[in-house]
Amino acid sequence: MFTAAAAAILVALALAITRAIKGPTVFDRVLAGNTVGTLAIMLLAVFGFLTGRPEFLDIGLTYGLLNLIGTLAVLKFFRYGDLAHDTDMERRS
Amino acid sequence: MTVVLDVLSWACILLGSFFTFVGAFGLVRMPDVFTRMHAASVTDTLGVGFLILGMGLQAGLSLVTLKLVFLLALFFFTGPVVTHALAQACLHEKIRPMLTEDRRGRDRAAAAGRTDGRQP
Repeated sequence: MFTAAAAAILVALALAITRAIKGPTVFDRVLAGNTVGTLAIMLLAVFGFLTGRPEFLDIGLTYGLLNLIGTLAVLKFFRYGDLAHDTDMERRS
Repeated sequence: MTVVLDVLSWACILLGSFFTFVGAFGLVRMPDVFTRMHAASVTDTLGVGFLILGMGLQAGLSLVTLKLVFLLALFFFTGPVVTHALAQACLHEKIRPMLTEDRRGRDRAAAAGRTDGRQP
């Protein structure tokens, strides 16, 4: 049964990567990247159960935290062109 | 008892796989970025939720289930944050959502009467 779940997640990963390659705007790619991260976490969890080693969940948790920060960093970069953007500094100068 | 738990967890895992696939399918088939966001949130909520519920039923009461619950809580809080930030960035870039009736202008006109300086 975990094999079926892993297969479904792999197919979904392929579809998400299709959107990441095709996406007309950068936001489609960011959305697809976020979905790829989500699916990778689920694949890690399912693979852990599949091989009887649920320790993979720790890696999944870490990856989930990195996924959030990565997506927000990319969005901030494309809005301001800079990761260390400070609106207060801009207002003062 | 174990048979009941097995059947329940298998049903949950199959449902989760189905919703995961549907979300990714919508990500490819939907026409613009906002509707794609809507499709991606199916994967983030129902797909992940059912998969984690099924795996938790399979694992029983242990540290593994606790980690799965933490994972679910993580998705519960980060999903809306990412979707909100993405929609804000899209609107900031002047990407127009496909709407039959655009009510955003009306909201903005109503908010223009407010003087507290808040953006609508």
